[in-house]
Amino acid sequence: MAFIPHTDDDTREMLAAIGADSIDDLFDEIPKDLIIESLDGVPEALSEMHVARLMRERSRADSGKLCFIGAGAYEHHIPSAVWELTTRGEFYSAYTPYQAEASQGTLQTIYEYQTMITALTALDVSNASLYDGASGLAEAALMAVRTNRKAKSTDVLLAPGVNPVYRRVADAIAGNQGLNFDYLPVDRSSGTVDFAALDDDATPVAVVIQQPGFLGTLEDVDRLTDWAHERGAMVVAVVNPTSLAVLKAPGHWGGEGADIACGEGQPLGVPLSSGGPYFGFMTTKQKFVRQMPGRIVGRTTDLDGKSGFTLTLQAREQHIRRTKATSNICTNQGLMVTAATIYMSLLGFEGLRRVALASAANTAKLVDVLTAIDGIERAFPAPGFHEALLVLDRPVPPVLEALAREDIQGGFDVSTVLPEWGNGLLVSATETKTDQDIARYAESLSRIMAV
Amino acid sequence: MASDNTPYDKLIFEKSRQGRRAFAQAPADLADVDIPAALARNDVPALPEASELQVVRHFTRLSQKNFSIDTHFYPLGSCTMKYNPRACNSLALLPGFTGRHPYAPVEHGQGYMTSMFELQEMLKAVTGMCGVSLTPMAGAQGELAGVAMIRAYHDARGDTERREIIVPDAAHGTNPATANMCGCVVREIPTGPEGDVDIDALKAALGPKTAGIMLTNPSTLGVFERRIKEVAELVHDAGGLLYYDGANLNAILGKVRPGDMDFDVIHMNLHKTFSTPHGGGGPGSGAVGVGERLLPFLPVPVVKAVDTEDGVLYDWADETDYPQSIGRLSGFMGNAGVNLRAYIYMRMVGREGMRRIGEYATLNANYLQVRLREAGFELAFPTRRASHEFIVTLKSEARQFELTAMDIAKALLDYNYHAPTTYFPLLVPECLLIEPTETESKETLDGFVDAMIRIVNDARQGGARFKEAPTSLPVRRLDDHKAARQLDLRFEPDSGEAEEASAA
Repeated sequence: MAFIPHTDDDTREMLAAIGADSIDDLFDEIPKDLIIESLDGVPEALSEMHVARLMRERSRADSGKLCFIGAGAYEHHIPSAVWELTTRGEFYSAYTPYQAEASQGTLQTIYEYQTMITALTALDVSNASLYDGASGLAEAALMAVRTNRKAKSTDVLLAPGVNPVYRRVADAIAGNQGLNFDYLPVDRSSGTVDFAALDDDATPVAVVIQQPGFLGTLEDVDRLTDWAHERGAMVVAVVNPTSLAVLKAPGHWGGEGADIACGEGQPLGVPLSSGGPYFGFMTTKQKFVRQMPGRIVGRTTDLDGKSGFTLTLQAREQHIRRTKATSNICTNQGLMVTAATIYMSLLGFEGLRRVALASAANTAKLVDVLTAIDGIERAFPAPGFHEALLVLDRPVPPVLEALAREDIQGGFDVSTVLPEWGNGLLVSATETKTDQDIARYAESLSRIMAV
Repeated sequence: MASDNTPYDKLIFEKSRQGRRAFAQAPADLADVDIPAALARNDVPALPEASELQVVRHFTRLSQKNFSIDTHFYPLGSCTMKYNPRACNSLALLPGFTGRHPYAPVEHGQGYMTSMFELQEMLKAVTGMCGVSLTPMAGAQGELAGVAMIRAYHDARGDTERREIIVPDAAHGTNPATANMCGCVVREIPTGPEGDVDIDALKAALGPKTAGIMLTNPSTLGVFERRIKEVAELVHDAGGLLYYDGANLNAILGKVRPGDMDFDVIHMNLHKTFSTPHGGGGPGSGAVGVGERLLPFLPVPVVKAVDTEDGVLYDWADETDYPQSIGRLSGFMGNAGVNLRAYIYMRMVGREGMRRIGEYATLNANYLQVRLREAGFELAFPTRRASHEFIVTLKSEARQFELTAMDIAKALLDYNYHAPTTYFPLLVPECLLIEPTETESKETLDGFVDAMIRIVNDARQGGARFKEAPTSLPVRRLDDHKAARQLDLRFEPDSGEAEEASAA
């Protein structure tokens, strides 16, 4: 059942106007042997009622679990107004705002988003967003190479806290352009960079610092930023936007501040949704704006001098520059940015701070009760933010499987991406978790660990 | 000062009042947490301070300043702005789907995983390919995956000199930009007078450095590449592979399959052909399909079916299953929620519906093309059938009475039609690329033709209204040059007040 309005009369009249006998005639320029008879492999159509029944059954099968997983995506309360407004047809079914006069809603929303995200990161300019946090880092690294023309090297050095999956994604996207990604030495007692082991002769084109680190660590961002700048490297910050309500903003790192900030925007009102769609944010200093990838919205005036918004600096982009474009990207995650803008408007800085602090406090509580169980220790001493690495006295997968049978998602098995940390279990408890939830997890885990 | 009866135009920051909050939306208590002073934030970033009602009203009013498919005919060529069925959204937003963490165990996600496996199978069926990965997050990322796979294929054979990607001059800008991002060199070839690839130019471009060719078929010129089989044979004989840009898949859905045309890799824009929302510029989803040769190189993860004692379990296939994979393109598993919407759409449309989509998209485009030609508009390729879209060139209108493609686009807005795509493809002067899609009725198409006629008649009679257009929208024609020259990319309280003062 395609969504086609034509009556038989319509079809006849339209074919007559064209001068064709049948719809098949309209395909007469296509070699006959390419035309297929039927699409085997696609099932027969279902009515909306039947599809709804099927999807409700499937949704039910996936729901009702207690989640303590973070590892780059975080469960936060999303105000009802966020998606009620975001899925209004006028936002939901609009396209990229090429016709600015007919897209002021989307454009003003993005301008407001750019203002909010630059405020949070304490940098000057923002784009209209990228696909997600991981691909955003790849784009940031490429931008750093374009910007840092004095650097001879194509080495991008990563602080130990950089998400290992982000590194893989950056490799897949930017590796073909000759960029090399490598980790800086780690101090195993803290999980942060080992300053004593840094190679002072290094001349990387960029240094990437993630705060908080993937394993929940807090890096000495000021010192590392200054170290990188002294070597002529660009500093790329990867940050969690919720954390920016309590942690120092990238624009204030070290003496000069980070040059580019990027990260995963999901915590700002975007549902977990099995991994996407999310959005990547990116901000930078004013002087680098022309090297930024992606859409950018600017304010200007119309024929009457009235304020209005439009896409700007399009000369950087693929539809104008083709091979010389800053990126092939032509999407921004417009709908997700709309959600994030509404989320930030509803929470304000004070609300965001309360969410951040409650998440950090809940995670601290969780770590306290879990490390009271025999066979579980904290990998690194506090402080952290809303995530922590625990080390178990046994392999993590069977433990997580046992918890899953009790409908508890106990955390992320770190050995799948960083086997060097042994039986590492990464846990997070956001503001959505109650004391009862935390107690339930601890009770189950202690029972499982007692075996 | 802006007067009080125009709160409509204010930014959310200008409505902000210190101390105001949406109290229901954040924890009541301010938790006490120990953050070392050197790492803590000390400044207060200027986020808005507003009540929940103010926020709801602000964004509701902003939404009303948009054209959208739900409110307007949107014949934006190359973008396939068809109706987005509401069920696809409401069902994808069921709590079991939205609440699931990407790293939740697969046993806690069989509803979602089953749907994704079936989506992969359906996409294989409609494209005639033998493997599909849903991870690319947009068409351009699907392109990147495709070209990266072509490069990896040649490299794996030790054929490391193959770094040239052939791209027709009519191609989307993403094609050459993507080839460049993959470390390849672009060789552009011209288009023949009737819109087909210039075969002699293709032959001249092919050689031992050829990695592959990127083609859209039907092309961005709105016509089917008639010698596609010859093109495929030439490229394959030269050792290259064929990349299918799925931007125009809607035109041939259920009628012709890229796999049968001998393409080795394809990306699909699920936000076009399979009607997931465009969302004001995204998110999209750029699933890729491959033939046998490129199967080992698919981006991961991919959903696989595993036989267990308890029946089939849907699980992730990753780098272990695909050791030659080009890797990961997203932090998790791509735009899962978008893919879910496409799945729901495909289940509602079904096998027979797919075929009707290609047919009625083509019928609507050919009807609109004929109506506009009869009304005196010049077609860029008058001897050709339209595919699901076609090109009108306004070069004579521009010469005779200075009515440009830009003018007609802006004038259409005043008639409550979104403009077609303008100035693309670049090789047709003053062009409009018009794509009606299958979901529009004959009455809508007729109304659009009437508006086009009225705009030209007005211009022909010496009217200058079209130069003023639009006049009925929240703003009139915007100064793009000023936007680029005097960059204003975020609100700063001081500059805003200064502007208001000078306007008053």
